[in-house]
Amino acid sequence: MSKKLYANAREALAGIEDNMTLMLGGFGLCGIPENCIRELVRLNIKGLICISNNAGVDDFGIGLMLQQRQVVKMISSYVGENAEFERQMLSGELEVELLPQGTLAEKCRAGGAGIPSFFTATGYGTEVAEGKETREIDGRMYVLEPGLTADFAYVKAWKGDKYGNLIFKGTARNFNPVMAMAGKITIAEVEELVEPGELDPNFIHTPGIFVQRIFEGVDYEKRIEQRTITQ
Amino acid sequence: MALSKQQIAQRIAQELKDGWYVNLGIGIPTLVANYIPEGVNVTLQSENGLLGMGPFPTEDKVDADLINAGKQTVTMLPGSVLFNSSESFAMIRGGHMDLTVLGAMEIDQNGDIANWKIPGKMVKGMGGAMDLVAGTENIIVAMTHANKHGKSKLLKQCSLPLTGRACIRRVVTDLAYLTIENGAFVLRELAPGVSVKEVESLTDGDLVVADDVCEMTF
Repeated sequence: MSKKLYANAREALAGIEDNMTLMLGGFGLCGIPENCIRELVRLNIKGLICISNNAGVDDFGIGLMLQQRQVVKMISSYVGENAEFERQMLSGELEVELLPQGTLAEKCRAGGAGIPSFFTATGYGTEVAEGKETREIDGRMYVLEPGLTADFAYVKAWKGDKYGNLIFKGTARNFNPVMAMAGKITIAEVEELVEPGELDPNFIHTPGIFVQRIFEGVDYEKRIEQRTITQ
Repeated sequence: MALSKQQIAQRIAQELKDGWYVNLGIGIPTLVANYIPEGVNVTLQSENGLLGMGPFPTEDKVDADLINAGKQTVTMLPGSVLFNSSESFAMIRGGHMDLTVLGAMEIDQNGDIANWKIPGKMVKGMGGAMDLVAGTENIIVAMTHANKHGKSKLLKQCSLPLTGRACIRRVVTDLAYLTIENGAFVLRELAPGVSVKEVESLTDGDLVVADDVCEMTF
């Protein structure tokens, strides 16, 4: 069991190769796997397909990988706030598949839960449904959406133990739990690694069975995109 | 006089009912939270994984791990709950939200809505909008009646790529409160000082003036 425990991102990311499909947790810059992204940038792996709700900003998050042209395709629901992303998308260097946010989340959950496809009303009659199977069920039209899996899923949690059990904090949970389920190899970076038993089993969000590797991250920046204050 | 953004939000807030779970989109919809009537308790959902969203934090309470769907720092009210994106959209897609308020670039008399993409311009994505319009029974669109070029946003048929089909039944604009019924816009309330003629001239879709059309009150 302790084989899941790694010293750092460099050790934990062993086995990543060009042209792989990756999932990266986070919403905006909240709850992104900062240490894993830093290591992906250092390794300069190319040809990646990245599944992530957003694409970071120019100088942080997945934006750092875009700067090095490591990504050939993004699968996301919203990709604003990123000038380099826009440039690559408009020039055709970067392929982008936009999906409704709930559909994206459910595709990850389904992929991780052994459900190959599911029907959803979301997107019916829009561009999102083009080329996809549709079906009428009880008088309403639905779109068939395949589940998603990834070679590696990178997730960020607040606390975790060497068994891979994870607890998230605040809205930094977002896509992390469903992506943890959908990774063939899921790598969790945590702010705080604790001893087994310290996490109350009643309050664990992601059971360790979904996590193959875990390490304690360092130097979290936790950048805030929109710092809004009540005076 | 056309309504300000704040007044549009204020009018929509009058529709809120005690005990409702409500999702407010970015822009004018967000302002609705400032006008929730006295004695009405609603729980605000943020689709990135929070029910019970509170106001922006004071400087000392800012937490990078607590943001809303607009990526703004927020707070949690007592009784709040956090969840993952899949559960969040189970609430939305599963029809558990009592009301969604969102903005639009265009709506039409069939209830179609377009609010995510302008061909030829940078496409940022639909985020959760398609899920919200497909999954919520009760939707109010908050927008200006005409775009910045003075062209109507209430059309016979949307010209922009759709966000959802046949899902919109109510809209509050800077000029009026209208419903969509039987393939036409129905003028229900006029903003103070706005005439039926003005609304007619800026509504491209078929418009029916309700027998009991009245002036909006605040």
